Amino acid sequence: MNSQATLIQFSVNGEGLIVSSDQGDIPLLHYLRDTLGLHRVRFGCGAGTCGACTVVCDGKAITSCDKVLSDMAGAVLETPECLDTEVDAHPIVQKLVAHQAVQCGYCISGIAMRVKALFDSDPNVSEATLDAALDQHLCRCGTHVRIKQALRELLIKKG
Amino acid sequence: MSTPVQIIESPQIATWLSFEAGRVHVRTGRVELGQGNLTALLQIAADELDVQVGQVVISGGDTRQSPNEGFTSGSLSITQSGTAIRWAASAARHALIGVAARRLAVPAERLNVIDGHLYIDSEKTSLSYWDVAADVDWQQDVTSLAAPKQSDARQIVGKSIPRIDLMDRIAGTPFVHDLTFPDMVFGRMVHPPCMGAKLLRIDLDRLRVRPGVLGVWRSGEMVGLIAESTHQANIACEWAHQTAEWSLPANAPIDPLAAISQSEEELLPVQAHGDASTYASQMVTHKVSRPYLSHGSIGPSAAIAVWDRERLCIWSHAQGPYPLRDAIATVLSLSKEAVDVIHHPGAGCYGHNGADDVALDAALLAKAFPGVAVKVVWSRADEFQCAPLAPGMVTRVSAAVDSTHTIQAMDVVVNSAPHGNRPGRNGSPNLRAAAFLDPPFPPSKSNDIPLSAGGGADRNAVPIYDIPNLRVQKRIVHELPYRTSSMRSLGAHLNVYALETLMDKLAADASEDPFDFRLRHLRDERAKNVLKALRDTTASVRALPATEGGGWGLGFAKYKNTAAYCAVLVQVEVQERVRVTEAHAVIDGGEIINPDGVINQTEGGILQALSWTLYEAIKFEGPVVATEGWLDYPIVPFSDVPKVEVHLIHQPNSPPLGCAEAAQGPMAAAIGNAVFRAIGTHVCDMPLTHDALVQAALNQ
Repeated sequence: MNSQATLIQFSVNGEGLIVSSDQGDIPLLHYLRDTLGLHRVRFGCGAGTCGACTVVCDGKAITSCDKVLSDMAGAVLETPECLDTEVDAHPIVQKLVAHQAVQCGYCISGIAMRVKALFDSDPNVSEATLDAALDQHLCRCGTHVRIKQALRELLIKKG
Repeated sequence: MSTPVQIIESPQIATWLSFEAGRVHVRTGRVELGQGNLTALLQIAADELDVQVGQVVISGGDTRQSPNEGFTSGSLSITQSGTAIRWAASAARHALIGVAARRLAVPAERLNVIDGHLYIDSEKTSLSYWDVAADVDWQQDVTSLAAPKQSDARQIVGKSIPRIDLMDRIAGTPFVHDLTFPDMVFGRMVHPPCMGAKLLRIDLDRLRVRPGVLGVWRSGEMVGLIAESTHQANIACEWAHQTAEWSLPANAPIDPLAAISQSEEELLPVQAHGDASTYASQMVTHKVSRPYLSHGSIGPSAAIAVWDRERLCIWSHAQGPYPLRDAIATVLSLSKEAVDVIHHPGAGCYGHNGADDVALDAALLAKAFPGVAVKVVWSRADEFQCAPLAPGMVTRVSAAVDSTHTIQAMDVVVNSAPHGNRPGRNGSPNLRAAAFLDPPFPPSKSNDIPLSAGGGADRNAVPIYDIPNLRVQKRIVHELPYRTSSMRSLGAHLNVYALETLMDKLAADASEDPFDFRLRHLRDERAKNVLKALRDTTASVRALPATEGGGWGLGFAKYKNTAAYCAVLVQVEVQERVRVTEAHAVIDGGEIINPDGVINQTEGGILQALSWTLYEAIKFEGPVVATEGWLDYPIVPFSDVPKVEVHLIHQPNSPPLGCAEAAQGPMAAAIGNAVFRAIGTHVCDMPLTHDALVQAALNQ
């Protein structure tokens, strides 16, 4: 660290982290994947256009490939590692499994994180809001119908 | 039933199956690309062996242990590997029962198996498969013992068993991108901007001292580097790209599709009977085109390679571990036996994308820097610009009808860039970096794919309809500088569009319902049944009152004319652009192993073809692919996805025909025909964007 460097503090999945501002230009995605080994965050485009790398930052979904560590000061981050698989799978994961809503699955952890952020901030998510959120993501296998059907089951039925 | 070709090539039971620690280990040479084939193959094995699904472990293509089944392509995993595994599992079952019968001193006919346990009649014995496995001669030939069950005795196939790999794909780290090794380094290649490019200037000394760079390598026009981190490798590679100078070949056409259309390369016969030429003056002609497309994997291609100075080991998501091994061994002057290729999942590839190329990139860097694992992950721009493209195509279809509006003659000419360029297919490695090395391994002239193997440019160019005078020809256009190869359904996407939109044109001329017109020209009963089933399931859609800009359309094909029958009907709304509001499909894929898997694949085929047909086109600047990212290459967004319904026709006594590529051609054609019904104009040039609609209206 050079003498001018400051510290960037943030948390990932509840764990506090401190990095030097020397590392401030490292893309968040590569830091999560390579330094922290959080490989459920997936690299897709590097330009924030496909959604595969989506994580939750301060309760909101962000793409991690076009953000750098210096953007993360004070941030509270969640990655797909918070979606448990073994014992109590997250309801989003349960729905996706129930609908077999995957082909290759490369896009799905990013989608799950955006939807998680949505429902965490407002359990009464509307169908239109959910649909708009999905439009931030690309799927190439053509699994859209199943993904939509699975996630719409999370909506709280009105009336 | 004749012996499956895979069994002839890998005859011993031991190659396919083993029994260890209470589990059956099944080895296929096929690979899981996200299509669910390993789940279906596992079901076949479990059913034949009378074990539970959970007692079977299956692994895909791996040159260290699996049979060599070439490429996982052409919707053939279940048809070919499935049949081979059914035979191998049957042989294993009979071998195990034979040993058990001797040990229990009872006739083999009295032994039954439940969950791998042996029963004498209905009485459980003390023996399981695993108790007797050690006494079986696993070197026996499958053919000496195989007697697969009759279809009515099968209990696990035909059921929608959940995908075995699904949880890991949703919330795990199953991809080759996710593999890590001690002391792993991160490699990147500074890819030449196009085929034929020459490297004029690059400052390797300055590249060597970029932050984090551990080593730089050059051979011919190829420069590569390894670095301590992905980020540092990317930054250094970007710097090299920006500072390098290249000369580009001067042979690029102004309009690649026009060049394909006007090509005078050799016209090759595909199929002919009768004499279509005598009807030339009476023919209605229809010319359609498709631009170059990208496979467009969501995850750019990746690979990891390690060279320990004796052996090269590569982890790759390529479709053919053995052909890739052979191609890489050729390029690196190694014996095949010194190279291992282990399949590890990637994002969906949908055909020959950059998976093989990046494996060579990693292998070259591993060879240059022995003893460390080199991971190479392509950039998004690499994936668009360096991976093989799906070929641009122009198909002309002409038909003559008689006074009863019955088709008397048809003439089909397909002009296409080559489809069949997988590694080793035409005698050269055909890996991108190989073409730039010193010495180079340039790609061979492509033979495309013969009709006997399903056809490439001519796939589904031969109409399924009963036409007394027919001539089908193809012209493979080699003279363009772009690198192309196989993408799902190959020529069928455009050829079915061509044939089926002409069928609707002829039906309209006859003022006849498109279903009736097709049925009148069909003799194949299974084909007729699929069309009739779709007609029945879509009666309410077709009965909707006509609306301004609304309409339905039908498309139908028997994939490769040898595989699954699929008919699709869509409803569209055409305003500023085409919007598909619903899609209905009926598919007869023979024996169905996993119904939900077939539905999932057919839905996928429908939506991918919707995207190709309405949205997609690669852009060029001279010889260079100019498409760099998703903003340059829109694909269907979630908000434009229609309601999709898939109906299955189960044929338990027929061979499984595969399903992953059956819907693409029919879906494209259904869209074209729905647009015709909605606006009265055939839009002949894909993608059917707003501009294409306007152009079609002007051309009318």
